[in-house]
Parts: sequence; structure tokens; C-alpha cells
Amino acid sequence: MPGSQGGSVTLRGIVGLLAAAVPKIALPKIALPAIALLAIALPGAGFAGSFLEPAGPIAAGQLSHFGVISMLMLIVIVPMFVALPIVLYRYRRGGKGTYRPDWEFNWGLELLIWGVPVALVVALGTALWRQTIVGDPYRALGPDPLVVEVVALDWKFLFLYPEQGVATLDLLALPEGRPITLKLTSGTVMQSFIIPRLAGQIYAMAGMQTQLNLLADETGDFTGRNTQYNGLGFATQSFTTRVMSADDFEGWVATAKTQQAGLDAAAYARLLPPAVVNEPVIYARFTPGLFDQIIASFAPGMAGGHAGHGPQAGADTPAAITAPATSHQQHDHTPEAAQ
Amino acid sequence: MSLSERLHPGINLAGTDPESHEAAEEVLFGFWIFLMSDLVLFAVLFATYAAMSVQGIAEGPRPAEVFDLTAAFVETLLLLFSSFAFGFAMLEMKYRENRRGVLLWLLLTGVLGAAFVGMELHDYYVMITQHAAPPQASGFLSAYYLLTGTHALHVSSGLVWMAIMAVQVAVVGFSTPVKLRLMRLALFWHMLDVVWIGIFTFVYLFGVAS
Amino acid sequence: MNWELIFGQIKWTSFVFAGMIENPSLSEAIASGAGSIAVLGALATVILLTVKGWWVPLWRDWLTSVDHKKVGIMYIAIALVMFARAVIEAALMRAQQLSATDGGGFLSADHFGQLFSTHGTIMIFFVAMPFITGLMNYVMPLQIGARDVSFPLLNAISLMLTMAGAIVIMVSLVVGQFSTGGWSAYPPFTGIEFSPGEGVDYWIWAVSLGSIGSTLTGLNFAVTIYKKRCPGMTLFRMPLFTWTTLCTSILMIFAMAPLTAATVMLALDRYAGFHFFTNGDGGNMMNYANLFWLFGHPEVYILILPAFGVWSEVVATFSSKRIYGYTSLVYATMCIAVLSFAVWLHHFFTMGQSANVNAIFGIATMIIGVPTGVKVYDWLLTMVGGRIRFSTAMLYHINFLLTFILGGMTGVLLANPGVDFQVHNTLFLVAHFHNMIIPGVLFGMFAAVQFWFPKVFGFRLHEGLGRASFWCFAPGFLLAFFPLYWLGMMGATRRTYMWSNPDYLPWLALAMLGAVLILAGFALMVTQIVVSVRQRAQLAAPLGDPWDGRALEWSIPSPPPAWNFAVLPQVTSQDPFYEAKKAGTAYRSPASYEDIEVPRNTATAPLIGLFACAWAFGLVWHIWWLVIVSFVLIWAVVIARSFATDTEETVPAATVKAANEAFLAAARAAPGVTRDQEMTSANRGRAIPEALEGRSGTIASGAPVEALS
Repeated sequence: MPGSQGGSVTLRGIVGLLAAAVPKIALPKIALPAIALLAIALPGAGFAGSFLEPAGPIAAGQLSHFGVISMLMLIVIVPMFVALPIVLYRYRRGGKGTYRPDWEFNWGLELLIWGVPVALVVALGTALWRQTIVGDPYRALGPDPLVVEVVALDWKFLFLYPEQGVATLDLLALPEGRPITLKLTSGTVMQSFIIPRLAGQIYAMAGMQTQLNLLADETGDFTGRNTQYNGLGFATQSFTTRVMSADDFEGWVATAKTQQAGLDAAAYARLLPPAVVNEPVIYARFTPGLFDQIIASFAPGMAGGHAGHGPQAGADTPAAITAPATSHQQHDHTPEAAQ
Repeated sequence: MSLSERLHPGINLAGTDPESHEAAEEVLFGFWIFLMSDLVLFAVLFATYAAMSVQGIAEGPRPAEVFDLTAAFVETLLLLFSSFAFGFAMLEMKYRENRRGVLLWLLLTGVLGAAFVGMELHDYYVMITQHAAPPQASGFLSAYYLLTGTHALHVSSGLVWMAIMAVQVAVVGFSTPVKLRLMRLALFWHMLDVVWIGIFTFVYLFGVAS
Repeated sequence: MNWELIFGQIKWTSFVFAGMIENPSLSEAIASGAGSIAVLGALATVILLTVKGWWVPLWRDWLTSVDHKKVGIMYIAIALVMFARAVIEAALMRAQQLSATDGGGFLSADHFGQLFSTHGTIMIFFVAMPFITGLMNYVMPLQIGARDVSFPLLNAISLMLTMAGAIVIMVSLVVGQFSTGGWSAYPPFTGIEFSPGEGVDYWIWAVSLGSIGSTLTGLNFAVTIYKKRCPGMTLFRMPLFTWTTLCTSILMIFAMAPLTAATVMLALDRYAGFHFFTNGDGGNMMNYANLFWLFGHPEVYILILPAFGVWSEVVATFSSKRIYGYTSLVYATMCIAVLSFAVWLHHFFTMGQSANVNAIFGIATMIIGVPTGVKVYDWLLTMVGGRIRFSTAMLYHINFLLTFILGGMTGVLLANPGVDFQVHNTLFLVAHFHNMIIPGVLFGMFAAVQFWFPKVFGFRLHEGLGRASFWCFAPGFLLAFFPLYWLGMMGATRRTYMWSNPDYLPWLALAMLGAVLILAGFALMVTQIVVSVRQRAQLAAPLGDPWDGRALEWSIPSPPPAWNFAVLPQVTSQDPFYEAKKAGTAYRSPASYEDIEVPRNTATAPLIGLFACAWAFGLVWHIWWLVIVSFVLIWAVVIARSFATDTEETVPAATVKAANEAFLAAARAAPGVTRDQEMTSANRGRAIPEALEGRSGTIASGAPVEALS
């Protein structure tokens, strides 16, 4: 999705970045026009694939946090840029500064250069802690989230909708305004899943499950991709995230259910060889519990299920190892338990 | 210099040799640092084992199913007694400069050490043939073989080193470099005890108890 | 005869030229060209050595030497050769990304994968590491008034192991493929299931050799600093470069072991079917990430701390002033060293830990920023009250202060899990660590070369060409990497051989321009060295102190004699040589001389290196006889060496006296130059201290610089 909106988008992105930071700290008066000038000077750049133009609260929070931290950091950066030229000019050989070859210490200055960074780190650390808790990818963004199970493959993503019973390849359809819980695993090497305009990335690893909660408050097509190098097709491993209104989403599900193709264990096995998918595929149905079976195929002891999606005994994949779905084990297969 | 000053613990080459104490300081200090780096390696292997012995079992056997506590206990005794024997070798070197005595104690150390390695190889053999527990069976077993194998490899290289030192004691006698090498070998050997105590406790006792 | 028994998995198609013959394309042609350059370069070296009759001197005076000074020079030579390769690879990658939109370009995806893997691996393990190690080797013993490191032979062995690793990685240009797993080689992608073939094995064994060499180096330097300081050189009188060397050595001792463990485990997975990091069967790649970064993060500080030491020396010398906040800098360095072990998790905030764990590691990361910030401001304050001379080294320092602090800002940004979630694995991250490593480490090493070159070779480097090189390097860096921040924020992922977003193009073009400037800077630097060698008579500064230096290394002739110090110095303060010059006690003849024992040259180290190289090559290609034979030979050499008794030779006191008295007489007789004449051919290395000169008269502004010639 090449952005074609040109300079105005650039400006919006940068000003948005600043505006996000403004309410939280007093912005130095000169910074705004300076950065606005910079923005005008930038060649046209689209942010269709970037968190600089967030389309949901998570990405927006990340952008504003970016701004807050940047502004706070100016406290230590600006003095250097101001003081260094002055010092260089004044104390250059032949300059006006008094030569004091043995001057080596001053308690006041010492307190300043240790004290300011310490105070700054306290401020930064507080901001970090709050943002990290609020922006925790595991934190659900509301009741009744739409659960989508994501399987990272070479070089495509498989999306399973347990609630709707449909599945897609390289297309993530989402309703606007409803909390989304993505559960991720990998059927191959480790990958890193991101939809920049909605939320940050999280790794998808075989035999384990990670989670990404997000919410879209804009409709439209947003690019998502893998950012962790995984071979020849890596550069083109992206997919479209299509956010639509709740009604449109219902309609989309209904259409999906009319498709011919279904996804069973055999069809999944055919997806495993590395390949780039040019056109998204929609499956009208999939074998229930497929996601857990995929995890279990790598880590039988860790197969757990979230309610209602326990592994199906007797399913015809080697993955179909029966494992009791207890809450303890559900916890076990999150990476945190393995740290 | 009083006798007690000359006989300060640790780096005595002999009762009356302050010059070589100075020579000893640098190499022995260096060797302590090497041992520290080696212990970091073992720490990493222990940490890996700690993670893998819980999460890396997969479909392989659990620790309690494959470990033989009796054998591990006997191995512990062998290794500790070999260290004890090495201690006597060092005393012979320091106070008597007695080639025969040193060589005999070294021989005993070596035999006990070799018995330790032999028993450990036997353990591996039993695990692989009777419990179907080769290192390829699971992450836990990979970590187990790497941890104990690295230790066994250290003991084996210690044995080779010991053989070379025996030759040097026999051929060269107690020159300062030979003494320093023996002292470093002693440190190395004792460190391997420490590591083994860790393995015995952490791998075998915990493994069987859990 | 059985081919596989003799040659393992090497086939004629393993040679890079086979790809060109079978499947001609521009990408293959570049690969073959690179292979040819490697082969021709080796051939040219052999021919040159033969024609000039240099084989014997090379072996006798260099390869078998255990002198810390020669070892140091050889380390830096390795670093420069490998830098040439890796910087060209970087330029190729930029050119590819610029020329490729939607599938264009001239490199195949696989070739690109190998390029970013070799670029990263070489730059870290075979450029930055040898560079800092070589510098520490050369300078640290001189600064503490020692005649050598504690274990000179071990030092030479470290060098040869590093060289073996570098050779292995060069061989991969010609025989076989390299890994495409990046410098961090994350499994399971680098496991045998997803990366069959020899590529990852090249990475494993090259890195393992370098890693073992570095462990031994760290051990050696730490013992040297603890045990071999000259009388009176208490810890808090040590020059700051020595302090940073100590911290780096400690880090090497602790941090290399996890890397060795990780590479061994990966090797066991690949060679013997173990399950440390495999998908399934209980393997878990998260352990690899932890082990690798348990090494990888301290590694960052292993690299940057010696550079910090260089900056401290450079800024004090070229400001003609004491360092500001010496104690503060020492504590800050130690804080950084200790904290560097507590932040490794920030390399994988995205692995799914709880928010609390991420927050703790994020804050720990920010805390490292405090001592780093203190250091930066200490350097600024060092200039206050000084008389700053804008030499090439000082220009690098000024550039460092301004750019490094920006890199620090993006580092703090990345320490925030929320921000990292967005820019992890993008060019933002790439820009950040290049922003730390290039102005910090690489330019630090370049400044060190400008600064200590006259000490090492007895003549200064051409100042005009040095500045020209700087004026290419510094803007080149800004152009090459600041656009990458923006590209990363726009979502451009790292390790990507092409994008389909045309909006990236202008930024990539800027970055390409920067890469060209960097190449020009490197070319100018090589020119500078060549020109300086040819003009060495005019640039000579044999009296040892061309910059009005402060630490002990400037009190001895340039180049220093094999024994460094004729008589071990007695130190009573910080900046001992500077204080002696001020007090008028410099260049005094000692009361008496003694015989000096120096270690004899030995073939032990080069033989170990040779066999280690063969061993690694055998492992890569599964040539098992070679593995066994070379392994046995390595240890045979070690054992044989333990029976050698005649390992030292004595330099008689009379020889030492003659050499030293001649030097002292020349130094005393020399008129001495003020800082005005620093960059002229009047500067023979006898300085009139700025502090003395300043009291008596005024100073002309602007030091003359010799013209480009």
C-alpha cells in the first residue's frame, strides 16, 4: 500500500507525534516550528504501514509514548548541543577562556551531571512502567474479545476464527471497535508478527502460544507483516488487515462460509512447505482445535486449550495428542512460564 | 620473614622459597581467573539444565526414571577421594620434594579419576541401552548429557594433564614451573569436585526426588 | 578411494565459481568476484612475500613473536583487512535495497542473506573485537609501566585463534555458502532442519574460535593489570584507558562463556541431533536468545568501553588539561560494566514475557544511561578550562559527543517495551546500534590510530589527509544512518533485500550516498597511511611525545624497544609523564640498569592457529580425519611446549643502557616544540608542555597544518 497522500501526511505524522506528547509535558516553544519545518522539508512519505498514523488505541499509545520519551530526553541532549560549541569556541587554543590545566573537579557540577540523569531516569522509568503495563500485549482491551488464532508459516500467516468457524490465509478481517485477542503460534521457525498501525510486534514460536490484544478504531486496509528473517520469502511476507464495521464483518463472515475450500489437517499439511502466497485464501471451515494441535505437534506436554477448543481426540494428524486442558497447563505454554 | 609468613596458605611452593612465591602469584592468580571463567560456563550449563529438565522433557523419560542414585553416589566418592589423594601429592611436593611419593599419590588420583570417568560412561551406556535415553531423545536429556559430559571431559583432560605432569616430575623433577603446573592442576581438580557436588545435588538428588 | 572420506561434503559445486558457471547472473558474478578477490588477494600476498623475500622476516619477527606490541599491531591489521570486506558488503546491500523495488535489484535473496550475516559477524567479531584487542594489547602495558602482558604466549595464541576464525570466514567466500541467519544466528532457523548445509557451521566455528581467543585475552589483560603495574601505579593512578581495559577484560571473562555454550549447543543440535533449540522434542529457542544476549549485551560494552578510554585520553591530551572527574569516570565505567549483565532481556521484549519483567529490564536499561551520560558530560567538562586543538583525533571526539548522545536517545527509546514493540527488527534498530558503534567504537578506534600511530611506528600520520578522511566519514555516517531511523519508523524491516514502498526510495538514496562517503573516507584513510609511510622522514617523531602526552607510554622512544621500559618507572601521581615534564624531571637517566629477560619467539602460537583453522574447516565440511588430526596436533603442540625450558632470553644491561642513554640524550638535546608546531615537521616528539609555555607568553591562534601533498 504505497502512500500517495504526500507531504501533508508526513506533516500529520510528525505533528501527531508531537501533539501526542504535548498534553503531558510542556513542549519547548521552539521545538514545534522547528520540527514542522523539518516535516515540510521531508519528501512525501506515506505511513500506511506505520505507527506514525495509528488506527487504534494501542498503536496510538505507543506513538505518544515515543513522543513523551523523546521530549524528556531533550533535557540531556539540548545542553550538549548548546554547550559544546560554546566550550569549543571559548576554550579553543587562542580563545578567550582562562587556561586552568589542573582543574579537575567541582562538587556542584558533579551533583548536576549525576543528579539530572538520575532524576530523568526516575521520570522516564515511571513513564515506562505505566506505559508497559497499559500497553501490555496480554492485557485484554475489554469484555468479549474476538479471538483470532494466528499460525505463522513460511512465508505466510494463517488466521483461524474459532468463534466464526472460518479461516483465512494472509488476510486478517477484523471488526471495528471490538476488542481483538490474537493468539499466536508458529508452524515453523520463529517469526515476529506486527500490524504497525494497530499494535506492536510479538514473536510467534513453535510449540508455544503468545498473545496480542488490540483494537481498531478506524476502518481500512492496514499492512501487517513478519519482521523476523526466516528465509528467501521473508521480504514479501506481508498480509492485509481489513478492518470493517461490525455489520460488514458479519457479512464478510457469511460470505466466507459460502466458500468452497475448508481447512483440515491434510490441507494444513499442504501449507507447510515454504511458499509465498500471492492471493489471500478464505476457508469456509476448519478442523476445530487445529490451533492447539499445531502447538501440541511440537510440545505435547504443553498442549492446553482455552475453553471450548480442546484438542480433538482421534483427529488424523500426528499432532492429535490428547492432553487434559487444565488451567495450569494453559499457563504453561505461554513463553513467560518458560523464561 | 617468620615461618608463618613464608607458609601463607594457597601459593606455597616450598617452605623457604620467597622468590618463587612471587613467581607463583601471577600464574596462580591467572589460573583462578581461568577457573572463574570456566565456572561461568558451567553456570550457563546448569541454568540450561534447570530450564530443560522441567520444560524439555517432551515425550522422553523424566529425570527420576533414568538416574541411578547409587552409581552417582559412588562416583561422588571416587572423585572426592581422588581429590583427597591429590592433596597428599601436593603435601609430598611441598614438604618432602619426594618424587616417588608424589608419583604414587598422582597414580592413585589418576586411577580414581579414571574409575569415575569409566563409571560415568557406564551410566551413559545403561541409560542409552536400557532406558532409551540417548541425548537425542529430548531437550532434557540433551542438557543432561552436555552438563555431565562437559564435566567428564574436564576430568578426562585433567587425567591427560596428570599423566604429562607425572612424566615431567619423573624427568624434570621439581623445578619451579613443574611445581606451578602441579599446583594449577590441583586447583583444577578441586574445582571439578565443586562442580560435581553441584551436579550430584542438583541433577541427581533433585532429579530423583522430584 | 572414497571421495567423502577424504573431502567430506565438499563438492566441486561448493566452490563459488561453480554457481557462476551453472547459473550465470549478476548476483552470482558478484559472489564469484568476491571469491576471486579473496583468492587473488591471497595469491598476491604470497607473490609479494616471495618476491620481496619477506617470508623469513614475517615468520621470525611477526608470526612467532610474543611481544605484546607486535601482537597488537597484527590484531589491528586483521581488523583493517576484515573491515575492507565488511564495509564493501554494506555498500552492496545499500545499493541492492536502493535499486530493488518490487523485485528488482542485482542480488538474489539468498546472496543478500549471506551478506547481512557476514557483514554483522565480521564487523563484530573480526573488526571491532580485534581492533579493540589490538589497541589494548599495544597501549595498556605501556600505560601501566610493564614490559609485557602477564602471559605473552597466551596472548599470541589468542591472536592466532582470532586469525584462524577470520581465515575461516574468508574461506567461506570461496568454498561453500555462509549462513543467512544474521550475526545472532537465531534458531530454529539456523537449525539443521531449516538451514541444512555448511553456512551456519561456518558461523559457529568462526565465532567459536574468536570467542575462545577473547576469553583468553580478557583473562590475560585482567591479570596483567592486577599484577604487573609498575611501582606506585595504584589503581586510582591508572590512566582511564587502562581502567576501561580492565572493565572490558572482566566483561570478556564473564560474557564469552555463554556465547561459547550457545554455539556448542547449536553445533550439537546440528551435528548430533540434540534438542537444545529445535522445534519440538523439548528444544526451546528462547534459551538460545537468553544465552546469546547474555553474551551479546555485555559484548556491546566490551566494544564501547575501550573506545571510552580512548576518548578520555584524546580529550585530555588535546585540551592540554587534566581529565575532569577522573574518579567519577572510573565509577561510571564500573557501573556500566556491572549493569551490562542486567539488561540482556531488552533484546527480546517481544518474546511474550509479562509486562512486569519487560518493565524491569527496560528500566535497568535506562539506568545504564546515567553513567554513560555522566561520562559524556565529564568529557565536555574536561574541555572547559583547556586549550583545545582540533586535531583529527579531536574532531572524531567532537563528532562522537554529538552523535553518540543522539544514539543514546534512541537507545532510551528502544528501552521502552512499548516503543520497541513497534521498531524492533526494523531499520530504526539498525540505525540505533550503528549510531552507537560507528561514532563510538569505530571512530574511537580511528581516533586511537591517529593518536597512537606515532608511538607505534615513530612517525605521525599525515594530518591533512586525516582530516579529509574524517570529513568523509563523519557526514557519511550521518547520511548513511539517520535516514534509517525514519525508514524504520515508517516500518521498513531489517534484513530485507527489497521493499515495495516507493516512499522509501529517497531515504535509501540518502543512505546510499552516505555509504559512498564512508567508502571514500576509508579510501582516504588508506591513502593517508600510504602517504605517511612515504613521507615518514618529514613526519618522524622518534623522541616519543608528539602530542604533549600525559601517561607513561609517551615517556619512551617511538617505536618503543622490545623491553618497553629500560628501568621500570616509579609513579607518584596520575598523569605521571605530564607531571614529570612539568616538574622538569622527565628524561633523567636512571641510577643503574639491570639485565632484562624477554620471552623468546616461538612457533607455538602460529602452529596452534594453523591447526585450529584446519580443525574448524574440517568440522564445517565434515572431514573427520582432518578434525581428528588437527585436534590432536593442537594439543601435541601445547604438550610439547610444556617441555620447553629455554623460553626466555636476556638482554644485557649494557645493551639496554646504550639504547636508553642515546634516546635520553637525544631527547634532552632536542629543542622541543610548542603546540603551535605540533603538525609541522619540526615536531620530532619532544614537547614543551602547554602548561609551562602558557605561563610565559601568548599563543598564536590556529595551528598550521601541512598542506595536502
